Amino acid sequence: MLNGEFGWPRQWAMQHMLQVGNFFDADHLVEVTQAHMMADTESMGIAGVEFVEKMAAYPEQERLVRIPMITDPRGIDFEHYQTLKQTDDMADLERRAIDAFEALGILMTNTCINYQTIMPPVRGEHLAYGDTGVVIYCNSVLGAHSNFEGGPSALAAGLTGRTPCYGLHLKENRRATIRFEVNYQPTNLTEWGALGALVGKHTCSYWDVPVIDEISLTPSSDDLKHLGAAMASYGSVPLYHLVGITPEAPTLSAVCNPDSLPVIQITESDFEQFFASYGNTGDKIDVVVFSAPQLSLVEMSELATLLKDKRVHPDTTLLAVTSPVVAADAHRMGISKKIENAGGLVLQGMCFYQSYAREMAEANGWTTLMSNSAKLVNIIGGYGYKPALASMKKCIASAVAGKII
Amino acid sequence: MATRTLKCHVGIGPESTGKALVTDDNFSARYDLDRIKGIFSRPQHKLAGQSYVDKILVVNTAKGGVATAWMLHEMAARGMAPIAILFNRSNPILAQGGAFANMTLCDRFKDGDVTQLIKTDDTVTVIPSKGEVIVDSQR
Repeated sequence: MLNGEFGWPRQWAMQHMLQVGNFFDADHLVEVTQAHMMADTESMGIAGVEFVEKMAAYPEQERLVRIPMITDPRGIDFEHYQTLKQTDDMADLERRAIDAFEALGILMTNTCINYQTIMPPVRGEHLAYGDTGVVIYCNSVLGAHSNFEGGPSALAAGLTGRTPCYGLHLKENRRATIRFEVNYQPTNLTEWGALGALVGKHTCSYWDVPVIDEISLTPSSDDLKHLGAAMASYGSVPLYHLVGITPEAPTLSAVCNPDSLPVIQITESDFEQFFASYGNTGDKIDVVVFSAPQLSLVEMSELATLLKDKRVHPDTTLLAVTSPVVAADAHRMGISKKIENAGGLVLQGMCFYQSYAREMAEANGWTTLMSNSAKLVNIIGGYGYKPALASMKKCIASAVAGKII
Repeated sequence: MATRTLKCHVGIGPESTGKALVTDDNFSARYDLDRIKGIFSRPQHKLAGQSYVDKILVVNTAKGGVATAWMLHEMAARGMAPIAILFNRSNPILAQGGAFANMTLCDRFKDGDVTQLIKTDDTVTVIPSKGEVIVDSQR
């Protein structure tokens, strides 16, 4: 492949992996069974789309991916992009990207919750996954092995069935290096996200592995989805252990020498200070967003239930963003209709911050954004928004009132 | 003018020279930048409001998500990118992005904290193939 005998796409892929592998002192490539690619057109730009189109022009035997390869959320929901005041140019670039990806044999799943909806990996499986929330969940909760793979590297893995063997593909890098004791039990998804943010901020390194002890309840998949997504967002962390909960940490001593690591306490006061940094009661709210990660069917159902007999304020937009698989079920079960009847908009196959968030803000006059996602409020400040964080229940109450409750 | 040579891990991309823009803060193209204007846009970032275009950006570490792997390529294609990025420690995404964009990128400095070793406006030459960074300070 490196010599070009299997075509330019695979030669590029090998050259790319060699560069990355050499940077991280990988001495070989590891075979991977699945690839998952983040490739929204806002990130790729025209240059990125043209790169993939060039690849798509090669003969099938030279361009098709060699392992199952799926996609992260896109930036456009074609049914609603005009409602969001995204432009036709954005939609056209999106169509070009989709055409090119499909020509490579990539399955357009358009989701960051593939571990809940498509095909969850199993313990020990080596992967090339993109989207930090996907990676940290699959490493931590399922015991799979993946580094953060950006779009180009995931594509290289898809074309070759391999990725450089460094980081979390190596067992010795999966042991805990920083220890947390939690003295407050999270009570909802937002607080799980807040815990992830607090651990992530303390850790703040891809190369450190936090172990979290003293969680006395059994979290749900959605709880851990928000925990991991926030931890990865605030700290670039790709793996954590929850003692007695995640598979590599049946006990504290299974992942570290307990006496060798200093203990960082996380208290209720830390949670309170974290929430206080996002939003002030009484502030007007332009847009309330449930996204990042995409909502599970359970979250969609909870949202519909909380919106029952309520009406979103006319000056506030409420967006519920989910995967195409969940959207199909939510539509079939009447869940989407309930959200829409209350004045909300259900979007599928995209994620808010991957959807030209700055341009949407300018076009719609949005400044203040409220969400129950700690990950989203962390990201969106750079796009010019003033973010507020609260539970789903408080977000809905605020959406109805048009201001932070 | 004082000249020093810093040693680091072998890096990615071509040899390059430019003026340094230094912070002990962290970096993500998605989280921190207005890539159209070419400035740091996240209000809490220590370089908020400053242009990174055609600079040797010196930061502590990478943060956040995977988008930067595409974004460095996109920024370079429009001529709105840093010349190079130096880290105390990169994460995989920044290394992958540097490789895809053919952007100069180095980390793991043997002499200590690179955000202290280099000052803003120092003239810096990065030689990734040798793992060397030559710093010309005005001070």
